[in-house]
Amino acid sequence: MKKKFKMENLDCANCAAKMEDAISKLDGVTDCSVSFLTQKFMLDAEDDKFDAALEEACKIVSRIHHDTKVLV
Amino acid sequence: MNGLSKGQKKDIIRIVISLILFAVLIFDSKYNGWFLTNEGSWHMLLLWLVPYFIVGYDVVINCFRGIIHGQMFDETFLMTLATVGAFGCGEFEEAVAVMLFYQTGEFFQSYAVGKSRNAIQELMSIAPDYANREMENGSIEVIDPDDIEIGDILVIKPGERIPIDGNVIEGEGLINTAALTGESMPLSVAVGDAVISGCINGDSLIKVQADRLYDDSTVSQILEMVENAAAKKSKTENFITRFARYYTPIVVCGAVLLAFIPPLISGNFMAELGKWVLRACTFLVISCPCALVISVPLAFFGGIGSASRIGVLVKGSNYLEMMAYLDTLVSDKTGTLTEGSFKVTRIEALDGYNTEDILRFAAAVEAGSTHPIAMAICEACADPLSERFVKNVRNYSGKGVTATVKRSEITAGNRTLFKELGISLPSENNKGTAVYIAKDRKLIGKIELADTPKPEAKQAISDILNENVKHVVMLTGDSMASASAVADELGITEFRYQLLPQDKVSAVEELIKVLPEGRRLAFIGDGINDAPVLTRADIGIAMGSLGSDAAIEAADIVIMDDDLSKLPALMRIARKTIGISKANIVFALAIKVACLILRAVGIANMWVAVFADVGVAMICILNSMRMLKYKG
Repeated sequence: MKKKFKMENLDCANCAAKMEDAISKLDGVTDCSVSFLTQKFMLDAEDDKFDAALEEACKIVSRIHHDTKVLV
Repeated sequence: MNGLSKGQKKDIIRIVISLILFAVLIFDSKYNGWFLTNEGSWHMLLLWLVPYFIVGYDVVINCFRGIIHGQMFDETFLMTLATVGAFGCGEFEEAVAVMLFYQTGEFFQSYAVGKSRNAIQELMSIAPDYANREMENGSIEVIDPDDIEIGDILVIKPGERIPIDGNVIEGEGLINTAALTGESMPLSVAVGDAVISGCINGDSLIKVQADRLYDDSTVSQILEMVENAAAKKSKTENFITRFARYYTPIVVCGAVLLAFIPPLISGNFMAELGKWVLRACTFLVISCPCALVISVPLAFFGGIGSASRIGVLVKGSNYLEMMAYLDTLVSDKTGTLTEGSFKVTRIEALDGYNTEDILRFAAAVEAGSTHPIAMAICEACADPLSERFVKNVRNYSGKGVTATVKRSEITAGNRTLFKELGISLPSENNKGTAVYIAKDRKLIGKIELADTPKPEAKQAISDILNENVKHVVMLTGDSMASASAVADELGITEFRYQLLPQDKVSAVEELIKVLPEGRRLAFIGDGINDAPVLTRADIGIAMGSLGSDAAIEAADIVIMDDDLSKLPALMRIARKTIGISKANIVFALAIKVACLILRAVGIANMWVAVFADVGVAMICILNSMRMLKYKG
């Protein structure tokens, strides 16, 4: 399953790269992208693990940059 | 400075207040010393901490947050460490100045990023916000375009955006397709015509019946493509990623060595340590790869954006990059370089008839036929005879037609038909296709037809050759004669003829083999039967495919209208994009390496370090932003 989300306050390009890196290593994630310019987050994960991966991804995002949020 | 966000306004106020306090303190320490009497005392430290915290409190807070979450070595950590270190060494002035400078740079950087984001938003603004659905009882309901169902009737008022692909079922008018094709001439549509989503309706009300869902409509496909284009990274962008993988650890190692080795050597470890740790911190500040991480993708995004503004969709940064290194352009003939339809090019009249008579006779007998040649003849005839004069029409499939027109028997057809009917013809060679006309079995004239080159094709080909493209090769399934006629007219020196679709693939493969190192081949076709070649070429470009799914799928680049002159413009955009990214990479790395060396030997101070970080990033971003405005 592949879904796209908007992001808020993503104002550090380096952080975006770190988020992408960390999220793509999560269990069940086949592909992901964090676009600094469009402030969009795309997650492609196995159907049964999608919700868990999404939840974990949101945590990673706010851990790497406190102000950044994924609008789920 | 319009359009600042709330946070940005607050940042300005903080920077200004801190700057004033900073100036007062500097002035005071230089001249009279009302506040700053005792050098190095804690009371002086407290005074300097006021402007420091006003401008930099969030940096310090984020630094501690980062540490708690295990995110060390980010920018805030480095800045905090470096400035706290400066306070520790008694360099209060420098600590505050550096924080001020850093925050000012960050502010401009966020302003520039905001501007770019707005420009990107504008590019994406072709999406319709709503649709007016006509209900069965005639009332109109405003709905989300996502909720449109196939078969729904949508009312599009003057000036509104067409929300969905469909057919006009009522009304007629002009629609503006500029946002999708870059074409400024409005398109005239009437009942039965297909319209595509994203276009803007002109002055009259039209009703459109949806024939697709919103997700499959042209507008969502384009948006999807532009958004995803960034995901297909160019070599230049991949280089940045790979580079950062080695660069960051090397710099961190260098910083650690710089912090500990010189104090060890000096023999007075504890006394020297503070100074060198501070140097190591600034070393890290300089090294931040932000300038490249933001500006290179931004340049590509801008390039893809400006291409889409002239009606060219590029499916990935990598394809835009390859366009800059184009060596050979292979082009299909029919429908790409030519109009793809027959036109009357010459009329010959014998026996005292004039050319208009010939055309009128031919049009009269061919009127009922759907053959492309017959249709071209009828189209060319401005003043056709009325149908009631035409009787006994007899079709000879693929050869011609005979009919009785005003009591005479008129024959229009090719040589084969005339031979069969025993009408004598002079022997001759025709460049294109010829239709002979006979009256009562006696030749009275001839109409020549050809598939004519597009009006802009010649100029476009010569522009492409001027853009450092070495070869333009035309491929066609047609005969030698018609191929060379078109090639001559367009100034194309290389062409191959009588090719079957699979021959085109092998021709492209051969040409790819002889490409010079690092150069690319593009194939341009109208998308019909071209899919294998489009895929085989380095870059597949589809033309004239407004709304055609098959071509959009197979091609890497889509020219939304038939206009060949978009191709040289696209090449200019591609080259400019590469130029800007390369300039940014060279500039940023050169400044950073120079500053790193200067810092390691102790010449450059903190100010230089902050410039090398935020200053360089800002300059690179501003440079890349030029791409958002570039028109090719």
